[in-house]
Amino acid sequence: MKTFQYVITDETGIHARPAGNLAKLCKEFAAKVTLNADGKQAEATKLMAVMGMGIRKGTRVTVQVEGDDEENAVPQIEAFFRENL
Amino acid sequence: MEKYTGKAIYGKVAIGKIRIYSKDQQRVTRKRVQDAEGEIQKYEAAKQTAAKELQQLYEKALKEVGAVNAQIFEVHQMMLEDEDYNDSVCNMIRQQGVNAAYAVAVTGDNFSQMFARMEDEYFKARSIDVRDISERVIRILSGGADIGNLQEPVILAAKDLAPSETVQMDKEKLLGFVTEFGSSNSHTAILARTMNIPALIGIPAKEEWNGRTGIIDGAAGMFLIDPDEETLIAYRKKVEEQKKNQELLMELLGKDAVTTSGRQIKLYANIGNVSDLAAVLAAGAQGIGLFRSEFLYLESEDFPTEEVQFQQYKTVAETMSEKKIIIRTMDIGADKQAPYFHLPKEENPAMGYRAIRICLDQPEILRTQLRAIYRASAYGNISIMYPMVISVDEVLRIKELAKDVRAELSGEKIPYGEVEQGIMIETPAAALISDLLAPHVDFFSIGTNDLTQYTLAVDRQNARLDDFYDAHHEAVLRMIQMVVENAHKNGIWVGICGELGADTTLTKRLIALGVDELSVSPSMILPVKKAIRES
Repeated sequence: MKTFQYVITDETGIHARPAGNLAKLCKEFAAKVTLNADGKQAEATKLMAVMGMGIRKGTRVTVQVEGDDEENAVPQIEAFFRENL
Repeated sequence: MEKYTGKAIYGKVAIGKIRIYSKDQQRVTRKRVQDAEGEIQKYEAAKQTAAKELQQLYEKALKEVGAVNAQIFEVHQMMLEDEDYNDSVCNMIRQQGVNAAYAVAVTGDNFSQMFARMEDEYFKARSIDVRDISERVIRILSGGADIGNLQEPVILAAKDLAPSETVQMDKEKLLGFVTEFGSSNSHTAILARTMNIPALIGIPAKEEWNGRTGIIDGAAGMFLIDPDEETLIAYRKKVEEQKKNQELLMELLGKDAVTTSGRQIKLYANIGNVSDLAAVLAAGAQGIGLFRSEFLYLESEDFPTEEVQFQQYKTVAETMSEKKIIIRTMDIGADKQAPYFHLPKEENPAMGYRAIRICLDQPEILRTQLRAIYRASAYGNISIMYPMVISVDEVLRIKELAKDVRAELSGEKIPYGEVEQGIMIETPAAALISDLLAPHVDFFSIGTNDLTQYTLAVDRQNARLDDFYDAHHEAVLRMIQMVVENAHKNGIWVGICGELGADTTLTKRLIALGVDELSVSPSMILPVKKAIRES
């Protein structure tokens, strides 16, 4: 399992559009991607659950990636966060 | 003839047959199904149809109302693919043996309530999106026709309309709409304005209106049912004029605001709220020449925070992309009062404690606003304009404050863009010393309403003085001339953002005086463009 942390800089937090794109990206990997923030947890492939976390700007999110292709997935997911969130 | 009064969303006239659109028609009933897998297949097929519809809607919206407004349909497509949502629907069908439409209705309700309970306003509003996608799937499952398939031109009457419903309607067939609920700032209202559709809200649509003749009078906020012959003839004439005008103006949409001698005039829009943006884009304005920031203060119970202001300015910046946006710092006081400012009652408020006078006296108010504006400037082409200036010293003090704010942001590593700073010329004092003011600013914008009131000593609020308020007074025109000359001598540009800028009988003269920019309400953009092209 690999993890990384990221502090959200987008003004609206993890809102619908990036959450949707994140779900799309994470579906491409065999690895399971989980977001943790403020004591809440959701799988990144589940758009509504991720939005239901209500993650706002300034929140520190811990991303867990677990599965065969985790080595390959982490840098791509990290880049997505940096560019979109 | 029946007559109803509502709130006008878009000030035009429409005449036509009324069609009642009711979502109650698709009320879902719970049924038992034996073949769960078959029912799930029906659900999957309906979802595919829904996705196809949403894709078409997205493309339609992209063309008609722009990328920002279209995004919502992309999000709807993504939501439709949500695993939890789909699992919930399929589980209900399998375990409870219910019909797909019922499973979707319950699931949609649960998810939409989850969002409705959230604290953050943004996430709260997503409950409407969940409801919208669920209703779409239910409609397909029940074989209901898309609202987009209007058979003949109609005036649509409904309790409420979702943004998706507004966009998907065939514009050729939709003459106008009236709804009972909704606000003039709602997404649907904005779309109606963008799409040039006459619309009223606050009209209690009744089933028995179906098929009868209705008239929407967007200017008067009136809805007439079964009009008599005389009324009908009068309104038909209005529709004819409207059509002719519109055709004439649409020809100008893609054309430049350039005079016969080839001079380019900057033609910008005045707005008072973020909701006006759609109209600005629809009219093809080159930028925003006056963004009245007062609304942020007037619509608020307490001083709007930096974050609240920043969000609004950023939305404007992003929506206008590279186009120029001139934000006027708050002009509270005189006829615009917000209780939490605790302004003392004044004998003569127009000449009283207002605008930058308050800001120089209580600099924290301006500091908050400037921080929000500078932060938003990282997202677009923003300029700042200060109202009610009467001296060079005031300008220097404000610029010092702006400099502090920039230094502060740099210290906090918060990005900001290049921001021009200009002033309003709306006091005779500023006009008379415009030669002294010009070296310190990037532009002038002449506020002719106040300039006229102060120059002529005619109180704008006093209706008895209407006959004395002469906007074409030679004194005002001479001041404009003086300001333009002083601006150009100092190499800065000068515009007009008051009512006079939209007075097409004067366009030719203002241009001859050398005015570089005219900023007018969105609905006047095309008429003024016509006047410029004839100058």
